[in-house]
Amino acid sequence: MLEIKNLHASVEGREILRGVDLTVRAGEVHAIMGPNGSGKSTLAQVLGGHPAYTVAEGSVLFEGKDLLAMKPEDRAREGVFVAFQYPVAIRGITNAYFLRSAVNAIRKHRGEEELGPVEFMDRLEDKLQVIGWDSSYLSRPVNDGFSGGEKKRNEILQMAVLEPKLAILDETDSGLDIDALKTVAHTVDKLRRPDNATVLVTHYYRILTHIAPDFVHVLSDGRIVKSGGKDLALELEEKGYDWIREGAAVA
Amino acid sequence: MSSGIEAQVLQPYKYGFVTDIESEVVPPGLSEDVVRLLSHKKGEPEWMCEWRLRAYRNWLKMSEPHWANVRYGPINYQGISYYAAPKQRPQVESLEQVDPKLLETFEKLGIPLGEQKRLAGVAVDAVFDSVSVATTFREELGKLGIVFCSISEAIREHPQLVQKYLGSVVPYNDNFFAALNSAVFTDGSFAYVPKGVRCPLELSTYFRINASSTGQFERTLVIADEGSYVSYLEGCSAPVRDENQLHAAVVELVALDNATIKYSTIQNWYPGDEEGRGGIYNFVTKRGKCLGKDSKISWTQVETGSAITWKYPGCILQGDNSIGEFYSVAVTNQRQQADTGTKMIHIGKNTRSTIVSKGISAGRGQNTYRGLVKILKGAEHARNYSQCDSMLIGDQCGAHTFPYIDVRNSTAIMEHEASTSKIGEDQIFYCKQRGLSAEDAVGMIVNGFCREVFKELPMEFAVEAQRLLGISLEGSVG
Repeated sequence: MLEIKNLHASVEGREILRGVDLTVRAGEVHAIMGPNGSGKSTLAQVLGGHPAYTVAEGSVLFEGKDLLAMKPEDRAREGVFVAFQYPVAIRGITNAYFLRSAVNAIRKHRGEEELGPVEFMDRLEDKLQVIGWDSSYLSRPVNDGFSGGEKKRNEILQMAVLEPKLAILDETDSGLDIDALKTVAHTVDKLRRPDNATVLVTHYYRILTHIAPDFVHVLSDGRIVKSGGKDLALELEEKGYDWIREGAAVA
Repeated sequence: MSSGIEAQVLQPYKYGFVTDIESEVVPPGLSEDVVRLLSHKKGEPEWMCEWRLRAYRNWLKMSEPHWANVRYGPINYQGISYYAAPKQRPQVESLEQVDPKLLETFEKLGIPLGEQKRLAGVAVDAVFDSVSVATTFREELGKLGIVFCSISEAIREHPQLVQKYLGSVVPYNDNFFAALNSAVFTDGSFAYVPKGVRCPLELSTYFRINASSTGQFERTLVIADEGSYVSYLEGCSAPVRDENQLHAAVVELVALDNATIKYSTIQNWYPGDEEGRGGIYNFVTKRGKCLGKDSKISWTQVETGSAITWKYPGCILQGDNSIGEFYSVAVTNQRQQADTGTKMIHIGKNTRSTIVSKGISAGRGQNTYRGLVKILKGAEHARNYSQCDSMLIGDQCGAHTFPYIDVRNSTAIMEHEASTSKIGEDQIFYCKQRGLSAEDAVGMIVNGFCREVFKELPMEFAVEAQRLLGISLEGSVG
């Protein structure tokens, strides 16, 4: 589904990614871990197509198509979703309106009929229940006045509604209390299907106790320096990142 | 909106067509004789002609104001024609007698006037260049005692009301442009809502400038008698021309005891091209007087057109407990300039005013908010809340705020909030990452920013306003 080869990317002239290789197949959950400043968020932003990041080298194929050549909105319409670490607020626009506009933009792209407000609301009911929200959240402006945890939940709600093929969750777990973490993790787990894939970018082990990843990768200084199964996450939790760094330096 | 704005954004100014119609235009130039000729053509009584001449003589002594934060070349007042009217039979008894070309013009503008097609719930007075061509729903309104007609007709048919209130809010010597208007105004709308009547229809005037080298000087007078309610809408547009055309209107509103007037404007005059050629100079004086106690006047304006906008719809809060409101969205794109805001003059006790101003600048547009809140000595326990928000799109535009506050009574409570924001790359990226196009993203962010104002507009107008905003910001984001 996703094939990243030798990806180099920079922001404001600083090279952050220095040759990332990663392959994600349908049905898989990958966790990308690593210390602060290792390039985890940059990877998520580059895959989303943020204009502040420039790619100097490498390739990214999504379902065989050149992802880097696509505009951000086309990536989204093709099924790439990024849950942001710091979601922005949009004043005066309700969550319901925003969600419906996004769903309809994607439906239009697929040649499907756009949904009216009533039809859309019907479909939204179950998704809301999953993340434990009542409909009052739909009439609030997008992320405006939301707490950190509410913003993160809102990202997951969007993900549940948009049903992407590939979801990239950028530190969705940070800043969540234990109950919120459980809800978010549970939702992500529930959305797993044989035909979609998830990349969890995270700093902490704890979310991985709720969502069992198929693969764990360690990103350090802009490269994936170690990959393994979910046991690798546990090892990291015990030994810390320095252990990997030293290992990488030696290798 | 996803399909709506996207389609709209690609359209140029869509009201820029010219109607090919034979017009009677008086030669350019202004003098006492021209004022007399004008008054004569309209069959006005002597007192009206005298009033115009007094205004004209005052105007001669005044000079054009240049304190506004806008720039433009000198205006040649002798180069303007002060009267342009489509040639037609002098007295039109019914719509069937109106020149079909005129009806067609308004239909193209989305203002059908014919019996079968006219807008439900909205009575329209259609003004084409210097004259009112048709007013719909007159009979229906007449049954309730509501007078809704052109100001020319009101001068002839309701002289007592006109004499009593014309110039009572904006005197003929108020300012340079108001004095000019008082001397040469050609038409406009008049509305009177009698005691205790709640006007069941939206009253609306649509102004269309068509002829070239002319100015439009319309005059509107709305009077709400005790305990009445009226909602008034104003729309306007003009053809695309290389020259600058002057539009100097005066609007006066009078609210008596317990009366409410809601006045909404969507201003969509031709803004000029990318290089700043052509476009309307919109130099307008609009003021309402809350004459009676517990009266209320609410202004809502959406300003998207004009090369230059110079207007400050205000409220004189004379009656005790009266309320003044001003909700404004002003958009400047390309080389448009706007200097707009409001004046709230608190005279009566317990008077309250609310100001919500949203300025959006894009391209090389310059947007200025200028507001005055004045609390006079006798205005015990007056309150004002002001909120001025500016949004910048791109890095070549400007936003300026000049709030003047003059308080002469220590019991006053004043609140002022202001913010300036830039549509961020992050905000647009966020929307795009959810599948929205750049245009849809900007449309959504801007509409969200303006929501507090749009919700004050009557329903159909709010939809129109959102759509217009999309057109006005066309091409402002790559």
